[in-house]
Amino acid sequence: MPKNPNVKRVMVIGSGPIVIGQAAEFDYAGTQACRSLKEEGVEVILVNSNPATIMTDKDIADKVYVEPLTVRVLEQIIEKEKPDSILPTLGGQAGLNLGMELEESGFLKAHNVTLLGTTAQTIRNAEGRQEFKDLMERIGEPCAASLVVESVEDGVAFTNTIGYPVVLRPAYTLGGSGGGIAHNQAELEEILENGLRLSRVGQVLVERCIAGWKEIEYEVMRDSMGNCITVCNMENIDPVGVHTGDSIVVAPSQTLSDKEYQMLRTSALKIINELQITGGCNVQFALHPTSFEYCVIEVNPRVSRSSALASKATGYPIAKVAAKIALGFTLDEIKNAITHKTYASFEPTLDYCVVKIPRLPFDKFITAKRTLTTQMKATGEVMSICNNFEGALMKAIRSLEQHVDCLLSYDFSALSVDELKERLKKVDDQRIYVIAEAIRKGMDYDTIHELTQIDVWFIDKIAILVEMEQALKEGPLTVELLREAKRIEFPDNVISRLTGVPEEEIKKLRYDNGIVAVYKMVDTCAAEFAASTPYYYSVFGGECEARRTEGRKKVLVLGSGPIRIGQGIEFDYCSVHATWAFSKAGYETIIINNNPETVSTDFDIADKLYFEPLTPEDVESIVNIEHPDGAVVQFGGQTAIKLTESLMKMGVPILGTKAEDVDAAEDRELFDRILEQTKIPRAAGGTVYTAEEAKEVANRLGYPVLVRPSYVLGGQGMQIAISDAEIEEFMEIINRIAQDHPILVDKYLMGKEVEVDAVCDGTDILIPGIMEHIERTGVHSGDSISVYPAPTIGDAVKEKIADYTARLARALHVKGLINIQFIAIGEEVYVIEVNPRSSRTVPYISKVTGIPIVDLATEVIIGRTIRELGYIPGLQPEAEYYAVKMPVFSFEKIRGAEISLGPEMKSTGECLGIAKDFNEALYKAFLGAGVNLPKHKNIIITVKDADKHEVIEIGRRFEKLGYTIYATKSTAAALNEAGVKARKVNKISQESPTVMDLILGHKIDLVIDTPTQGRDKSRDGFLIRRIAIETGVNCITAMDTAKALVTSLENASKRLTLVDVAQL
Amino acid sequence: MKAFLILEDGTVFEGTHIGASKEIISEIVFNTSMAGYLEILTDPSYAGQAVCMTYPLIGNYGICRDDMESFKSWPDGFIVRELSRVPSNFRSDMTIQQFLDENGVPGIAGIDTRALTRILREKGTMNGMITTNEDYCLEDILPRLMKYTTGKVVEKATCPTKYTIAPTTALEQNGPLSGAARFDRAAYEREKRPALVKSLNGIGLKVALLDLGAKSNISRSLSERGCEVTVYSALTPASEIIADAPDGIMLSNGPGDPKECASVIAEIKKLYDTEIPIFAICLGHQLMALATGADTYKMKYGHRGGNHPVKDLSTGRVYISSQNHGYVVDTDKLDPSVAVPAFVNVNDGTNEGLSYTGKNIFTVQFHPEACSGPQDSGYLFDRFIDMMKGENENA
Repeated sequence: MPKNPNVKRVMVIGSGPIVIGQAAEFDYAGTQACRSLKEEGVEVILVNSNPATIMTDKDIADKVYVEPLTVRVLEQIIEKEKPDSILPTLGGQAGLNLGMELEESGFLKAHNVTLLGTTAQTIRNAEGRQEFKDLMERIGEPCAASLVVESVEDGVAFTNTIGYPVVLRPAYTLGGSGGGIAHNQAELEEILENGLRLSRVGQVLVERCIAGWKEIEYEVMRDSMGNCITVCNMENIDPVGVHTGDSIVVAPSQTLSDKEYQMLRTSALKIINELQITGGCNVQFALHPTSFEYCVIEVNPRVSRSSALASKATGYPIAKVAAKIALGFTLDEIKNAITHKTYASFEPTLDYCVVKIPRLPFDKFITAKRTLTTQMKATGEVMSICNNFEGALMKAIRSLEQHVDCLLSYDFSALSVDELKERLKKVDDQRIYVIAEAIRKGMDYDTIHELTQIDVWFIDKIAILVEMEQALKEGPLTVELLREAKRIEFPDNVISRLTGVPEEEIKKLRYDNGIVAVYKMVDTCAAEFAASTPYYYSVFGGECEARRTEGRKKVLVLGSGPIRIGQGIEFDYCSVHATWAFSKAGYETIIINNNPETVSTDFDIADKLYFEPLTPEDVESIVNIEHPDGAVVQFGGQTAIKLTESLMKMGVPILGTKAEDVDAAEDRELFDRILEQTKIPRAAGGTVYTAEEAKEVANRLGYPVLVRPSYVLGGQGMQIAISDAEIEEFMEIINRIAQDHPILVDKYLMGKEVEVDAVCDGTDILIPGIMEHIERTGVHSGDSISVYPAPTIGDAVKEKIADYTARLARALHVKGLINIQFIAIGEEVYVIEVNPRSSRTVPYISKVTGIPIVDLATEVIIGRTIRELGYIPGLQPEAEYYAVKMPVFSFEKIRGAEISLGPEMKSTGECLGIAKDFNEALYKAFLGAGVNLPKHKNIIITVKDADKHEVIEIGRRFEKLGYTIYATKSTAAALNEAGVKARKVNKISQESPTVMDLILGHKIDLVIDTPTQGRDKSRDGFLIRRIAIETGVNCITAMDTAKALVTSLENASKRLTLVDVAQL
Repeated sequence: MKAFLILEDGTVFEGTHIGASKEIISEIVFNTSMAGYLEILTDPSYAGQAVCMTYPLIGNYGICRDDMESFKSWPDGFIVRELSRVPSNFRSDMTIQQFLDENGVPGIAGIDTRALTRILREKGTMNGMITTNEDYCLEDILPRLMKYTTGKVVEKATCPTKYTIAPTTALEQNGPLSGAARFDRAAYEREKRPALVKSLNGIGLKVALLDLGAKSNISRSLSERGCEVTVYSALTPASEIIADAPDGIMLSNGPGDPKECASVIAEIKKLYDTEIPIFAICLGHQLMALATGADTYKMKYGHRGGNHPVKDLSTGRVYISSQNHGYVVDTDKLDPSVAVPAFVNVNDGTNEGLSYTGKNIFTVQFHPEACSGPQDSGYLFDRFIDMMKGENENA
């Protein structure tokens, strides 16, 4: 069926800010789909509150609204833009829910807007728990049997029909307390009795326990004719019980026979057919490990994280095809963009093995529980490709950038066999390392399998890696042993550590014997057809399919690896834009990256894509083939910057700012010299290695001081210390990871934090704008609300900032981008930090000013000047719009994480509020971040003594807005004394009703809680904040944020003005 | 032990010896299925060929004897990137290494199977030798490789004598419930919902299956629908089959060049001349075409895998199919008064099935019986049953 001629203007809903569970994959999918729609001549109206995305670029969509994703806003946009259709299946769960609300309210019908892709009924059938269960039953597809019971007798009777074990989940208890798994009637009776008592409504869900079953996923496509294919299947190494986003996943499935594979495939096709999905869909199964019994866990009738992974794993562009299907095309009409010979109705087949490992944020949330459950906690992931599983696992491990490079990277050697057994029962992110240690200690496969339920096949593969460790340790390092070690992807540095042979010698031995990485192509078809898209992965041994192409100059663009807190999607935005700019300038572009969720690893972004770890050795192997004319590292965040020195050693010129100048910005002494030379002040400080030295410096400067390691992103390990004891605590935490560079101790200055991004061509400098943070210094810049243009800073200070920026950029010989953070105290400006590279704020400032600074930086790197590019150097005139960048957190996903803000970054994403009026922009930003007030008009305030004075004003303003204020004892006293009416509530430790009961009562809009110093988990404040977050109550931990929020609420207007940023 | 794969064009791959200790010369083909190596090894259509698996990790789930598509292994040789040292599946009876030994199949592992596939793709299917003789002499070997043909392999692959497979008389008998209940007793007890096979629509029907090297799942697909299947040797005269008065005739898959089967083709022409409904798969499809005046030709490197899209021209629907063929019916030389294309390969436009004009005969190039591969086109057996019942004339 050809394209539906009625579809001319399509509104696409994005997924909004990046949060755990809904990340960059939707930018990738959305971008690909928008390009696919435009390819067919369709006008695209895009709505997404996340400014750090490529999909919100004016090249991707015709109209771009970076507006809060609420029904009201979408309705307004529909009224204004009058699209004929809406595509809700690209924006994750958020986008899908909004599309459904619009449909169900009748708004779409009233405005003659068609829901494209999948129908509302289909979505209801797939998403509604009961509807889905009923449908599965109707078509004979099994779900895990379950029943809500209100008595022990009913529970026992039901369990007798479905068999033990069963999972028991009491209804309405916090964090699932009172539940458990019962293996026999005695256990069942005990847990059930307790659960029924604990449940507020006296109900417990009894469900057949499928924990420990194999978790298998299928990615399925279906068109409007009913043609179906599976793109890929995937097997989770961690059995059911761990969220697939937190599991190590392998594609294709490894331990399924064709019978099992086809049984589940047939079931997946049956389900997608029955649901009448048009587009992509993900079906998750649990498969009993010792029978053919299976059940359907879940169906996602939209593109998802798994579909992004499947796309990258196979080369099949799911989102692109889904968009074409939405327009009415059938699978057999859509050409496979990789082979140009086959069609989208061809099922990809792999001749390699793909491993995905999640990137978990426990390095950021050190108080959080590392346990993996059905609640996803990963912020990102890495993928690797190899022609053997061991190699793919090794490559994925070293792609993580968590100071791990092999199965010895976490040391469990001190544990006894019994301790290991206990540890193996714990499901966390370190489990594969524990398994490796168990194998080293001689534990047999069956025991490990029994404790972990991980398939023996995977355990054997880990054993193969352990055996290689032993073989290398025992030596001697023969050519044959080395060849085998490289086949399973032991990096040279690990071989060196195990054998004691210097890395350089190992490299020489390899080169002398032809043991070098060769590159194979991802082609969707296992070489059955010639493919034209150069998408490569490395293996050791065999034929190399990658060839250096002659003609154009070649540039290597180093990607930013997995998404983690502190290094998010922004850097992918920069890498992609740089790649496009180089391409426009006539360069051949080569991207190296390992993140399957991103646009940069889409097959048609660069001329060549190497899906590889970003370590010196892996990069060098590519350099040996491609011999690029240069590499750019300034767009790929810290991941790319870290490779600078190695690239120079390989003889690859670094394009743009030179490595020594990057060093000068990071190295304390060199940087101090530059500040002296440019006469720019900064907070006094010193460099230290030990806690003793740190205390000495701190006492010299006077508390409070900032303590942080150098060369880190996102303020990792950064703390404000107020005492010697805290210095000791923080230094101990920092030094848990061996530090290559000294630790910095600075005097803490309190003032307004200001940030600039600028382009420098060596002489001239272009500053698109100055951004001001709402929170005072001490809150990480990534967690602060950032406003452009700076609202409270005078012209003189702005000039000073522009001048300092120019001086610093020149002194550092910056060619390309520079990001500087300042503190403004009165008329004085101090520099905090200089990063001669792209930053988190680049996409946002580019969008709101309309100045494409990554493109300009790339042109400058190539040798053009700012003037040649048609810009007048200096600080650019301020835009007519205020743009407020609001951080968004995922605290509710990480149990036990401290949510109060500080120098270490904690936000996972951001959204933008843009309007002519500052207050409206602020309101939009809060709205975009999910602060949709008022609801009940009840607020709890509990602040530390130092904030008592400031809180009065805030309390008064909330009171005026009609809020009822609850406060803990001393806060209440302070408020009442000042004439602000506050009801006193008891602390958690006191008798009921306490502040906790109040929050659990689900009647509270907001908690304002400023934490006392230190990281004491047991304090009331910590508990209050956690409970608030876990019950979905907005929680603010900084006075400035609270002030901003009340301001925005005072100015909440019913009707928002809409801004098409494509026109800026 | 070292092993070598020597191709007709002089390319030599060095790897590790696996399986039986013998030297073989065979036609080298590749299969792109990611699972189902046992079904492939026991598919009689591979007689006279050595198979290279493009998926690099083979043997992961060991050997589950229940999944064998015939009583033994057929390929002359087996070419893989890597054999798993530990098989892991609850049904596994033995390792693939043991199976290759037991069945006398030699092979080679540890070679760059993707490079081999690329050569076969570019140059076309070639003959080759698998040997462990390190002192091989190319000058002697290459002429021997050139001379090799698969020959009359159908005669080797067919059954020696006629036998009958009892039909399923109740759905429970073959476990026609949901996937789980087909195999797991506890699940079977729990959920009694029909799934894969919805009804015994073939009860009372007698099907004659001409075994040209048939995969077991052809007869299984018919018997689990209630048909009584009598399997005949490929060498059976048509008159004998016709005398048994079947309700329908099924021509199976099989190995080799269809044109080597001159005598079988002559008998099939006689079957064509009757009014008995006929359904044919793969080689059977080619032989019916040859019997009725059409032509076949050898493809450059064939279709072998479980991911080829075929379009049913009567409905426009596309199905993913299991495929294993090196020859194809030439549609250019088709006489529309005899037969018209019924299925086409979406990728390369080659013929995937024919519908015979004015006859109750339809034939397909791909494998609706799957095993290994997708089960999407299993509905064709139902179409055949309908045809036998006279419910679907000239389908």
